[in-house]
Amino acid sequence: MQAELLAKIKESFPQAAEEAAKEGEYRDPAPVLTVPKESLAALCKLLRDDAALAFDYLMNLTAVDYKDRLVMVYQLYSMRLKHKITLKAALPTDGPAIDSVTSVWKGADWLEREVFDLFGVTFTGHPDPRRILLPEDWVGHPLRKNYTREPDRYD
Amino acid sequence: MDVRSGVVLDRLPLVVEKLPGGRLVTTTADFFIDWATESSVWPLTFGLACCAIEMMAAYASRFDFDRLGVIPRGTPRQADMIIVAGTVTKKMAPRIERLYHQMPDPKFVLSMGSCSNTGGPFYDSYSVVKGVDKVVPVDVYLPGCPPRPDALMYAVLKIQEKIKKMSIKDRLPQTQVAIEAMKQAGAV
Repeated sequence: MQAELLAKIKESFPQAAEEAAKEGEYRDPAPVLTVPKESLAALCKLLRDDAALAFDYLMNLTAVDYKDRLVMVYQLYSMRLKHKITLKAALPTDGPAIDSVTSVWKGADWLEREVFDLFGVTFTGHPDPRRILLPEDWVGHPLRKNYTREPDRYD
Repeated sequence: MDVRSGVVLDRLPLVVEKLPGGRLVTTTADFFIDWATESSVWPLTFGLACCAIEMMAAYASRFDFDRLGVIPRGTPRQADMIIVAGTVTKKMAPRIERLYHQMPDPKFVLSMGSCSNTGGPFYDSYSVVKGVDKVVPVDVYLPGCPPRPDALMYAVLKIQEKIKKMSIKDRLPQTQVAIEAMKQAGAV
C-alpha cells in the first residue's frame, strides 16, 4: 500500500500506530496498524468507505492469546485496489470485549462467532452471538492458554 | 438336538431331486437367513472425514462394493451397518448414537480408521471422542490412516463371517423379549 494512504489513515486516526517488523522477521509487506479497541470499529468503517482505501473484503478475523493480553487480528483486502492491511487491537484477558464489525462486513459474522467460541471474546452488537463449532453446552474456551480440560464421558 | 448339528445342512443346502414336478431345496433357517443377511449388508451413507473418501472409492467402480451386496442407503431405517468413517467429535457423538438407535436389528458397526478406533492423531484433543466404542458397540475395528478400500473390503468380509455364525435364536433380541413376555402371560 502506498505511503500517502497510510499517512492519511494516521491523520484521521492518530491513535493508530504502525507496528514494525522485528529484526530478521519475514512478514507480508502489508502494513500492520495497532489501534485501541474503542476506535477499531470506526476505523474499519473508514477503511471500507473511503474511496482511496476501499477495503471491501475482510480476509481473516482471529485472535491471539499472549497470556497477559488477547490481541484481535483483522486482515483486510481491497478487491478493487489490490492492497492489504492488518489491524490489531489488544484486549484484557479478563472479560475481553470489542465492538462487532458485522455492520461493516457481513462476513465477520461467523468469524466473530468462532473467536467467541474458542477465545471467549464478547462482540458488542453481534446479531447472533452463539457458539459455532463446539456444542452449545460446552464450558470454557479451548484456545485460551489458561484453559484446562475436564475429561468427560467421551475421553 | 441342535438344529445346526447336521453337517450337510449346516454347510450347504440339500437338494432333493426326486420330488414330482421339480426340485426341493432344504436347509436350516439359520443358514438361509444368515445367507440372506450377509449377502445384503446395506450400510448407512455416512462419512465423517478423510476415511469417507476411501469409503466412497470402495463403493465406486474400481472396487465395486455392490458385488458384496454392500449398497449404501440414505436412511438409517433401511441400513444394516454403519461405517464410522472418520473423526468422531464430541458434537457428533450424540448424533451417531441417535442414528445407531434408528437402525433396525440386526445391525453392525464398522469402526474405520485410527480416529474412529481410538481418537488416532487427536488422542489429546479437547473436542474428539477417543474411540467410537465409547458411544456405540463396535463389531469390527479397521486400522489404518486412512485404510485403503481393499482393507475396508476385508473388514466387510469379516462382518459377513460374523453374520455366518449368527443364530436365529439370538439375533432378534426384541423377539426373544416378546416370547418371554408371552410365556409369562401364559399365552404360549
